[in-house]
Amino acid sequence: MSKNIKVVELEDVVVKFAGDSGDGMQFSGTQFSDTSASLGNDLSTFPDFPSEIRAPQGTIAGVSGFTVHIGHKDVHTSGDQADVLVAMNPAALKANMKWVKSGATIIIDIDNFDNKHYKKAGYIEDPLHEGLLKSYNLIKPPITNLTRATLKDSGLDNKTMDKTKNQFVVGILFWLFNRDLKRGEQFIKDKFKGKDDIISANIKVLNEGYNYAETVEALNITYLVNPAKKYKGKFRNITGNIATAWGLIAASEKTNLPLFLGSYPITPASEILQELSKHKNLGVKTFQAEDEIAGVCSAIGASFAGNLAVTSTSGPGLALKSEAIGLAVMTELPIVVINVQRGGPSTGLPTKPEQSDLMQALYGRSGESPCIVIAATTPADCFNYAYEASKLALEHMTPVILLTDGLLANSSELWPIPKMADMPEIKPRFVKNNDENYQPYIRDEKTLARFWAIPGQKGLRHKIGGLEKENITGDVSNDPINHQEMVKIREEKVQRVARNLPDQIIDGEPSGDLLVIGWGGTYGALLSSVKDLQEKGKKISLAQFNYIKPLPKNTGEILENFKKIIVCELNLGQFANYLRSQFPEFEYKQYNKIQGIPFMIAELKNKFNEILEDI
Amino acid sequence: MEHSQVTAKDYKVTNPVKWCAGCGNFSILSAIQDVLPETGIEKEKVVSISGIGCSSRFPYYMNTYGFHSLHGRASAIASGVKLANPKLSVWQVTGDGDSMAIGGNHFIHLVRRNININVVIFNNKIYGLTKGQYSPTTPKGSITKTSPDGTIENPFNPGELTMGSQGTFFARMVDTNPKMMRKVLKEAADHKGTSIVEVLQNCVIFSNKIHQEITGKDVRYDNQIFLEHGKPMLFGKEKEKGLILDNNRLKVVKIGENGITGDDILIHDTKTDCPNVHFMLSRMTLPEYPVAMGVIRAYDCTVYETLLNDQIIQAKENSDIKNVDDLLNSGDVFKI
Repeated sequence: MSKNIKVVELEDVVVKFAGDSGDGMQFSGTQFSDTSASLGNDLSTFPDFPSEIRAPQGTIAGVSGFTVHIGHKDVHTSGDQADVLVAMNPAALKANMKWVKSGATIIIDIDNFDNKHYKKAGYIEDPLHEGLLKSYNLIKPPITNLTRATLKDSGLDNKTMDKTKNQFVVGILFWLFNRDLKRGEQFIKDKFKGKDDIISANIKVLNEGYNYAETVEALNITYLVNPAKKYKGKFRNITGNIATAWGLIAASEKTNLPLFLGSYPITPASEILQELSKHKNLGVKTFQAEDEIAGVCSAIGASFAGNLAVTSTSGPGLALKSEAIGLAVMTELPIVVINVQRGGPSTGLPTKPEQSDLMQALYGRSGESPCIVIAATTPADCFNYAYEASKLALEHMTPVILLTDGLLANSSELWPIPKMADMPEIKPRFVKNNDENYQPYIRDEKTLARFWAIPGQKGLRHKIGGLEKENITGDVSNDPINHQEMVKIREEKVQRVARNLPDQIIDGEPSGDLLVIGWGGTYGALLSSVKDLQEKGKKISLAQFNYIKPLPKNTGEILENFKKIIVCELNLGQFANYLRSQFPEFEYKQYNKIQGIPFMIAELKNKFNEILEDI
Repeated sequence: MEHSQVTAKDYKVTNPVKWCAGCGNFSILSAIQDVLPETGIEKEKVVSISGIGCSSRFPYYMNTYGFHSLHGRASAIASGVKLANPKLSVWQVTGDGDSMAIGGNHFIHLVRRNININVVIFNNKIYGLTKGQYSPTTPKGSITKTSPDGTIENPFNPGELTMGSQGTFFARMVDTNPKMMRKVLKEAADHKGTSIVEVLQNCVIFSNKIHQEITGKDVRYDNQIFLEHGKPMLFGKEKEKGLILDNNRLKVVKIGENGITGDDILIHDTKTDCPNVHFMLSRMTLPEYPVAMGVIRAYDCTVYETLLNDQIIQAKENSDIKNVDDLLNSGDVFKI
């Protein structure tokens, strides 16, 4: 080797892949993250794709991105800013410069940096000649030409050859991060199983990229990100939507109840329906309904008939399902409603995360219509909370709304694989055939849940419906006193769920200067920023809520023990307002962002420092 | 045999039935209660599902598992029930507003999927429970509470909609003819697939005698034709009239006139896959034609839940993933 190469050890590194929607950026990002996972790095990934399927090539609207954050240290987010940016064209560069660290390595395909592409990207002048990139380590191989030259004897057409360009970049990254090419090759073999010409072309280009990096002068440092310390055992990389789907299957297996999903495709929730539709092998029934309403109604029917019944959607779909969720509240049937939140209102920002459906989940129905509302906080714990949502619905005979969001849905993290034997028991409220004491609204004294008599069972014929019913007997009733009693029972039933919930956990000391409060998918960014400040000696702690209605029993105590409280959420303050309604004795500061992007660690730390300085 | 133990009485409730005196719903309720024992189904396996409206109070008046759901959504709820447990006998009771207006979308998709559910549409061509507004089946020009100058909308015909949605079973019957209802309902129950049964039902309060022209004692022989599979399409008091195909249209003829003999009359074939004649029959209206009664279409083909179940069986056979632990450990797993 002719050049001198320095090896630098890094605690963590953020790589962002950006290009046209068809450039294979999601593929190469996954390839890089999976091979990192296999080496034991902690990791978090985040795909960022436009809502158009193939927006015009070369334009900002068409830029698709995939961020991979790998670490020797714990990784909780996909990272504020990238250490390495791959930009396949000028639009990808332009769209991502603000997310790149000063001094970062930028890899571009110089073949695409011409006036035609500049115009499409909206550059007035050549970005490479403005000196704009002076403070970066710019690597500019002619990727398109080198790829085609590599494959000139392959017999493939240009279009097919160009689809392997991403492997040139991955080759460079494998060299840059001292990765074994064998792992990259294996990934290609697995993904293109059966297409030998495609496999061999991709592998050739991967090696070519690696060799290019080895010889080019501009690359003289390589990096090592050592395995994370915390990990031992069996792991997999999993996204929130897949984890959600699997959590439901797990609950179905545990209870021995068939899983029924009634759903309608909607971004970013469709993947739950798609994933479950692949698991007929485990008895899962998926019903792609004619609309959102039929999705939830078919689930209600399946619940009446004794299945573990679920519907999945995103914000506008939840709006359409409201009336039917009210029916499930009234008939006290167990259903799980999954809302993968996105930017709203209306069609809003379909592919972007937001937390603005909290009030809709809590109150968005006619009448006094309480549901259990819970939220998952990381991609992998979508598994646990989908399981928990099923458990709570079946044990308390009520709809449960599980909130995730577009970030959790598509992001991935490394997940220690659980064992089914370790999953908690679920006890549905069944009735024995011919139980003489059975009446539709007779209740468990402790939980107030009614019992689940299933059509087909002997001696338990009964009716339920949307009209108010007399408590115990279930007869239709217009009696004013009975209505008030039933309204109170339905609310109390949900509140009593808190008796069995775990206490709210605090990351950090149980008292101090500033309590940061978050809920759901903002956990990674909030935890990283709070931990950074804790390491600097600040008296700051984090309470990230999974259980929203009802709140954990110790919520009030937690709030008491800090001088100041700040509620951070990706909306205008819905959880803050909810806490104000539940615990009006405290003062809540707010940090809110609704830009369709997650919190950045830096902005959170700035805000927290500002408050801490005033104490 | 189990059905020998079950009688119509088993399906009757002790609570009062709260429809208006003289309402056509009573006789439909009785007809269904009479037919269920004949189907051989266990009483615990019968489920009545409804939406909202006068007809939709039906589950409260049937001693079965019952679900009185949301306006228009009964088809979707019934679909979920049937797919969750295909062994149940699912009866959806609905009205012209519930099924053709607010539930129109669910209706056509249920029919298209051919899930084995029996749907009985009580068609009184008016909104009863909300007290007299026009419905999607109200004849054009009718004066109602919301059409003081006459409706300007073309009405739906449930038969046309069923055929247009690739329905496999459509029948029509009259609430004043218990014998006809029992015969039709039994065939609907026996049909594998979505059975749509339209009942011309009289609302004594808001559309009294709306079907009088078809069902009146003095006119019914001339204004109805009762169709039976394999039999010639004849009607009239002496069965002196019939239907033939003339220039691709149905035509009413009199036997003995213009050289027409009994052999010229069309033979009713409910079982053919081709819905063209069924479509024409279902849309016959006065005064050119008699209105078709009985089973118009009963085409046997595979039902949705059978296809679904077959896929599940096949997937279970072909997969190495036998439980959730297998699933969690499938694909890219890293040992660190």
